[in-house]
Amino acid sequence: MTMYMIGPSLFAISIAGKVALGAGLLGAAAGVIGSFAVLKRRSLVGDMIAHASLPGVCLAFLIAGSRDSDALAIGALLAGMLGVGCVAVITRWTRTKDDAAVSLVLSVFFGAGVVILTYLQNHGTGGQAGLDSYLFGEIASLQSRDVRRLAIVLGLVLIGVTLAFKELRLATFDEEFARSQGWPTLAIDFAVLGAIALVTVVGLPLCGVVLVAAMLIYPCAAARCWSNKLAVVLVIAAVIGALAASGGVLLASFPAIGGPIGEWSAWLVGSTPPPGPMIVLTGAVLFGLSLCFAPEQGLLAKLIRDANLRHIIGRDHLLRSLYELTEPQLAARPGVTLSQLADDFRGRSAQLRRLLAEIENEKWIERSGDSVRFTSAGLNRATQVVRAHRIWELYLVHYVDIPADHVDGGADDLEHLLPPELVTRLETELATAGRLPPNLKSIHPL
Amino acid sequence: MTELLANIDVRAVLVALVTNIACALAGVFLVLRRHSLMGDALSHAVLPGLVLAFLFTGSLGAGPMLLGAAAAGLATALLTQLVASSGRVSNDAALGVVFTALFALGVLLVKRFLGKIHFDIACVYEGSLLNAALDTVSFGGVELPRTLWQGLLVLAIVAGCLTLFWKELGISAFDPVLATTMGLSANKMHYLLMLLVSLTAVVSFQAVGSILVVAMLVAPTATAHLLTDRLMPLVVWATLLAITATLVGYAAAVRFDFSPAGAMAVASGALFALAALLGPRHGLVSRVVGNLRVGRRIRRDDLLSSAYRREESGVAAPIAASAAVAEIGGGLLAWWAYVDLLRKGLATRSATGLTLTELGRTEGAQLVRAHRLWESYLVEQMGIAEDHVHAAAHEVEHFLDAELRERLAAERPAGEKDPHGRVIP
Repeated sequence: MTMYMIGPSLFAISIAGKVALGAGLLGAAAGVIGSFAVLKRRSLVGDMIAHASLPGVCLAFLIAGSRDSDALAIGALLAGMLGVGCVAVITRWTRTKDDAAVSLVLSVFFGAGVVILTYLQNHGTGGQAGLDSYLFGEIASLQSRDVRRLAIVLGLVLIGVTLAFKELRLATFDEEFARSQGWPTLAIDFAVLGAIALVTVVGLPLCGVVLVAAMLIYPCAAARCWSNKLAVVLVIAAVIGALAASGGVLLASFPAIGGPIGEWSAWLVGSTPPPGPMIVLTGAVLFGLSLCFAPEQGLLAKLIRDANLRHIIGRDHLLRSLYELTEPQLAARPGVTLSQLADDFRGRSAQLRRLLAEIENEKWIERSGDSVRFTSAGLNRATQVVRAHRIWELYLVHYVDIPADHVDGGADDLEHLLPPELVTRLETELATAGRLPPNLKSIHPL
Repeated sequence: MTELLANIDVRAVLVALVTNIACALAGVFLVLRRHSLMGDALSHAVLPGLVLAFLFTGSLGAGPMLLGAAAAGLATALLTQLVASSGRVSNDAALGVVFTALFALGVLLVKRFLGKIHFDIACVYEGSLLNAALDTVSFGGVELPRTLWQGLLVLAIVAGCLTLFWKELGISAFDPVLATTMGLSANKMHYLLMLLVSLTAVVSFQAVGSILVVAMLVAPTATAHLLTDRLMPLVVWATLLAITATLVGYAAAVRFDFSPAGAMAVASGALFALAALLGPRHGLVSRVVGNLRVGRRIRRDDLLSSAYRREESGVAAPIAASAAVAEIGGGLLAWWAYVDLLRKGLATRSATGLTLTELGRTEGAQLVRAHRLWESYLVEQMGIAEDHVHAAAHEVEHFLDAELRERLAAERPAGEKDPHGRVIP
């Protein structure tokens, strides 16, 4: 009795596990090899190959006379590579640009596939040859044989990429240089495209046309947010590809497991969600997360950096205002009333209050009633800021030939980014040219 | 008229014609701006917009459908720009990320909400021209297929926008930076284009499927671009090509009983191949023929100048044809040049061999003159070593016209010999 109860669910789990394993292998292979397409700015080559392989599938079906998946895969591979060849010929021999050539080959090949397919259907040889599963994938139909095949493909891709890593890296990032060094860039190119075609046609029956193209793009796009080094990008892409694919498949099986989770997910995505779209959407979520939250290069990190920079700029402006308001008697460090400062920060009184509190905390100013005055540390700090500002202004006027009444804004933007060495160098240059005005000499650091 | 319209084939062809012409027109600037892949992306990405519009309004009327498509198209363009502006991924990858996600969302929505209703998702790919032709509505007393009404509406919108923004679209297609500096926002034109493509895609794909939409967006313009260099003729050509592909494709589909949409895509591809091979100026054949002609002329020139040099060095005996041909490198092209030489009356053939005619002697003298003037120029003006100039002069001699020769001659004292000490004829 117990056996009878457990049997089916174990069976279900083992199927889900096998499917997830197969999908993970495919995701990892697509992630690694797709990275080379994405980094070479031809992300949609997978899309093209996937569409262009349809006539090959149909012809293989016609010739082999059965739905033998090896024959279909070989047909798909040949047609896909023929498509790649056609794009190469069109861009080389006609004035048609690569984007138009890719779209053209994609649609015309696919149209030819549809023609053959409908011909087979209407003339009774093919029956419903399963266009639906070809277009949208049937990952649930995954068999042990497919898992083995996927493992072999992943192994081949990993071995190839590891062995030819140096060549691939150079051919990806600087093809001109690679060619000038006498490397066979064309052969490398076709090897990469062949590998992409291989992964695509193996993935086709599982995920469908559009979605297998997506599996080539997402992992690298997400991995690029995390690193600038090719080896790291490849590893992350493999992991993300595997996660997205197996995660999507598992999510797609949630409605079937019952319980609150099952009911909730069934409400969200329907009782039998197609795994292909679930894989892509999982990939999209992983990509979105990477784009937003990756350290250093994520959007959030960028926002924080921008806010920090704006804050520093505001603080420097306040220091400069204080400095310039008291410039004639700086050494005496006279007090400045808040209303005087408010003129420079018109409309930004909240910011002014916050900044004042902050530099008071830093012990750069002392407050007494309604007026503030520099501490000596504060005066030092303000001197540096003003010096950078004026030197940059001078540099713009004398070396970049910008009219004097246009430089203040530009100097405002850049002075905060000038490293101290550059300020010193500019100062020396201006002094040698005899163009360092006396008021600047007087604010030379104490 | 009414009887004609009752014919299912006529209706189907009309639907296909209207949607395909709309696609071809919208595709002109898409291809010229090198955004063809946007067509592929948008024709998939409009799916969720379509499904959502259907879910909210419960109908697939023209209004909600076009609104849904427009929203999805703009969302694709905006999201792509947003992702690309992060600076981490290039434009094409951003596009790939966005449109596949939207398409996956669309497929999921279809399976989730429309599973029970008839919404054959495979028809997104190949369309169903027959269904489109059968589903008719009456409007103003005329009963026409629903898709035809929608197609006419979209065709009017596309043609109207093209007429209104002709100049702006043109400038931003060829030089977006110039357009922006002139105060025409290339970006706005980009969004307008995305809008037009989404509208045509959504109407067309019910009838002919998303992939034929791509073919019809791209192929007519790509083909027309092989035939003409001017914008207005390009639009006319693209329209004519779309019509031809539609008619040929439909006829073949009826004759052999397969998918008309697929056949039209293949027909448009075949037209492209034809133009690429036989186009008047950019065609492969005309370029090969042009190259052969130039090759023949160069070898004919070589025959002339080598015969002239022989006479100049005092060898009066005619040279055997095979020896003359072998002297300039041999090969079929050289023999062809030899035949041409005789036909043009530049040389005569006798039993012993080849002799220059007076005409041939003058031409040979001009070639040798060009050769030696160029050598002198390279040595005297450019300071290149004497033993390096022959090969360069050998190439340039064919392309120096009379004016240039005399200008070169004017650069140096008359009667002076060339760097190798030979007289300049």
